[in-house]
Amino acid sequence: MESRITTDDVAKVARLARLRLTDDELDRFTHQLSDILDHAADIEALELDDVEPMARPVPLSNVLRSDEPNDPLDRDAVLAAAPSTEDGQFRVSPVLGEAP
Amino acid sequence: MSLDLDVWEIVIGLEVHTELLTRTKLFSGAVNRFGGEPNTHIDPMTLGLPGALPVLNEHAVELAIRVGLALNCTVQRSVFARKNYFYPDQPKNYQISQYELPINADGWLELPSGKRVGIERAHLEEDTGKSTHVGGGGRIHDARYSLVDLNRAGVPLLEIVGRPDLRTADEAKAYVSELRSILVAVGASDGKMEEGSLRVDCNVSVRHRGDSDFGTRCEIKNINSLRAMGRAIDYEAARQADLISSGEAVVQQTRHWNDTEGRTTLLRSKEDADDYRYFPDPDLVEIDPGPEWIERVRAALPMLPSARRHRLAERTGAELERTALVVERGLDELCLTAVDAGADPERVLTHAEHNLADERAAGLDPEAFAQLVAMETDGRLTATQTKAVLAEMVDTGDGPDAIAARHGYEAMDSGSLEPIVDGLIEANPAEWERFCDGDAKVAGFFVGQVMKATQGKADGKAVTALLNARRG
Amino acid sequence: MRTAVDIAAGVRAGELSALEVLDEHLERVVLREAEIHAFNHLTEEAARAAATGLDRRVAAGEDPGPLAGVPVALKDNLCTEGVPTTCSSRILEGWIPPYTATVVERLVAAGAVPVGKTNLDEFAMGSSTENSAFGPTRNPHDVTRVPGGSSGGSAAAVAAGFAPVSLGSDTGGSIRQPAALCGVVGVKPTYGTVSRLGLVAFGSSLDQIGPFSATVADAALVLEVIGGHDPGDSTSLPGSFPSVSEHLDDGVSGLRVGIVTEMMGDGIAADVTARVRAAADALAAAGATVEEVSVRAVTYGLSAYYLVAPAEASSNLARYDGVRYGVRVEAATAGEMMEATRTAGFGDEVKRRIMLGTYALSAGYYDAFYGKALKVRTLIRRDFDAAYERFDVLLSPTSPTTAFPFGDKTADPMAMYLNDVCTIPTNLAGHPAMSVPFGVGDDGLPVGVQVLAPALGEVVMFRTAAVLEGSVR
Repeated sequence: MESRITTDDVAKVARLARLRLTDDELDRFTHQLSDILDHAADIEALELDDVEPMARPVPLSNVLRSDEPNDPLDRDAVLAAAPSTEDGQFRVSPVLGEAP
Repeated sequence: MSLDLDVWEIVIGLEVHTELLTRTKLFSGAVNRFGGEPNTHIDPMTLGLPGALPVLNEHAVELAIRVGLALNCTVQRSVFARKNYFYPDQPKNYQISQYELPINADGWLELPSGKRVGIERAHLEEDTGKSTHVGGGGRIHDARYSLVDLNRAGVPLLEIVGRPDLRTADEAKAYVSELRSILVAVGASDGKMEEGSLRVDCNVSVRHRGDSDFGTRCEIKNINSLRAMGRAIDYEAARQADLISSGEAVVQQTRHWNDTEGRTTLLRSKEDADDYRYFPDPDLVEIDPGPEWIERVRAALPMLPSARRHRLAERTGAELERTALVVERGLDELCLTAVDAGADPERVLTHAEHNLADERAAGLDPEAFAQLVAMETDGRLTATQTKAVLAEMVDTGDGPDAIAARHGYEAMDSGSLEPIVDGLIEANPAEWERFCDGDAKVAGFFVGQVMKATQGKADGKAVTALLNARRG
Repeated sequence: MRTAVDIAAGVRAGELSALEVLDEHLERVVLREAEIHAFNHLTEEAARAAATGLDRRVAAGEDPGPLAGVPVALKDNLCTEGVPTTCSSRILEGWIPPYTATVVERLVAAGAVPVGKTNLDEFAMGSSTENSAFGPTRNPHDVTRVPGGSSGGSAAAVAAGFAPVSLGSDTGGSIRQPAALCGVVGVKPTYGTVSRLGLVAFGSSLDQIGPFSATVADAALVLEVIGGHDPGDSTSLPGSFPSVSEHLDDGVSGLRVGIVTEMMGDGIAADVTARVRAAADALAAAGATVEEVSVRAVTYGLSAYYLVAPAEASSNLARYDGVRYGVRVEAATAGEMMEATRTAGFGDEVKRRIMLGTYALSAGYYDAFYGKALKVRTLIRRDFDAAYERFDVLLSPTSPTTAFPFGDKTADPMAMYLNDVCTIPTNLAGHPAMSVPFGVGDDGLPVGVQVLAPALGEVVMFRTAAVLEGSVR
């Protein structure tokens, strides 16, 4: 039976999710994800055009907070817990490319 | 590069991000304030800490509705979605934005020219933090490392997506100016482009004049001023036209405006665009303002720039386009009150356009302004004297009578001017000869000399008339 | 062993010392924790200080609150200021939150004494606690078997008497299934009744915090303290948590009980279904009417869940990137650093679900997978609602089997996922459900019976659970 998801698909998904896979892992995960998606085939086949999606279980709307400041976190403690800092900022290796 | 606009037409659509003037961030109580020591406006949500949850800022919604109504949008039920992408200054590695259902949809904005530009949507979303690239002269590709400050992360943004209805760089500038005026008028934004509270991305394409289909567009980022925007649009349009003229195709891509070099460079092609995997944010519930809230906001809106321009044009009889500057300076109320008090509308507008650039001008007493204009139109003050008195009124707040009296201003009649003019003709024979030979510029020399001799009390027009009479 | 109700009553009356109660429990920890491994982190010192403070307050005539002196164990995905919170993941190893989850604040304000952070499947993804980066928890009833998961540490802590009550989180059964396997009570309340603020998110539209306890009354007591509106959680329902304790003795006379047909057939062990039928008989004997009822759409629950939960998880877990907190693996560029950090920091099950969720949300697949799964949630809710028009509560097994041996299902993710087939549908619907111990299976290990109720139907759910509890005593 043809696999529901290819190693190329899994490689692409891993890239999107910022995960690196060895060749062995790629094969193994492809098999496992394929099994899970096979199981999901039962809902893929359902005719649900008239059914409203349910993104969240609570029937709430307009949950709002007043525009009042809270106490900020202790900056020194936050920075002390960070892997690398400089001049009060989080330091990272060079960022290649700009944000979208 | 420049473009032959008889052959080509530029098509421009703008996406404007504005930071909203709230006290706190969009989804948490960390303060929303420009600048400050890095990473001081932080809380669990801003940092994207495990377990942190968003709660929507009511005032940000209120401001979004104000803008939506000011842009003639439909204010509707809306849903927040997550836009997923990894970037170090995006603390959760997703941005909470609105995707399928924006709070404001389908509106328009009127330019001073009277042209309407469509607004596709104006939706709420959170800002990112700021990355500083260290080493390599601050250029991103050569940096040794980067520093991340999250003070800006989570600040409320309204993204206003305009339709591709703009056709020239000047029109694009007028659009941004108008939008900025509206945002400031409704209290949604401080409109400061230089502090990044107003940011513009341009979608530019070109087509042959007369074509009905749009060309392939490119998006230009990193535009930091109106002037830069105009240059970037003209550069990009010319670049695309050159490509097409030489038989190449324009490739849809995102380009970076380099203001120093005056050109755009490739940022990334749309083919390798991220897959943002939008989905409704399960941590938030929908916003459905409902008619009551919307009408309450509508009733509290101030009069907007386009309505003020129309009002000024109607009541002064001026062309609509001429009212733009006066409204932009916030002098329309002053002008209208002065006109109501009997001042000549034409003189009132002329002063507002040319002699009231000072920021304090809006604080002038309209009655005093009307009185001054009356003194001018009655011939009691010359144009030069009026201008001087007006400047001093702005400066001191004193009335026009008092100022004119202090300076001994009174328009001189031509009888007392004659001996002065005759004396000057005698003393400057060479200049007089050139004037008689038709060199009109020399008239200015004589007028200036008369003004000097009379300490500005002479009426410039009367002096010119006298000179012309003497020449015969 | 003392119940939370008894401890609180004793301490409030000045008849029991909170410190002595704590020490009783810590002695059991000393005896068995090395074998069980319920905890990632013990906070004995802070607990002793808190208990001493409580005793002093009682002596001064104060009332410390409804949980006075009750030791509680907290699942290690609940943020606790100053105390490490790891989610049993390498990527958060050593991370100390600068703030505390609402539920923990409420427990402490009510006089409870936190004793430590309990082990779980990494980021609450699993059904056996074998996915913990810090080693599995063992089932106190048989240490060769799993305690269930993901809240295995919290379930085992109560079963072993380390604490009378504990908190877990339930996204697809992570409280109820380990409760069943460890022979304790476990409750997943109605979505929105307990604040999620400070709960490290897995599947945000499914996650709910709930209690483990030895008795039904203890679970009610804890829920009444931690439940109720929290302005810090946008999905928190208005109002306070329904008053459950006062109705525990109301009985089930006249209640209509439905046994869910779809949860009694294939894949469910016969000794387990036998216990569910015995439970139904007990309810009938107590005056309820019992019938079988079909809830068709629950058969699609597993498929929908394994699209919705991973999709939300893929986004919720994107923040673990080594930039601001937690572990970092350095690399030449920021992008490579993020990738190296995540690759080294997450275990296989977490990676599997992140990739599955990323796939389900990605362009071209959204409608077929995630979009469809959200519609299936509507179907499930609809079918439950139809059943609740005819029945007050529903009954089913909690877990298809009793506790299974270590390694039994680790090689086959799908086999592991099937553990949650009976618990998942209520999470998708947002409804409450609880597991009540009801005897043992053929292997002598505990069996849990699941009582399901409509949204905000906690009172009738607890009344039913109390009758079941009474009938096995």
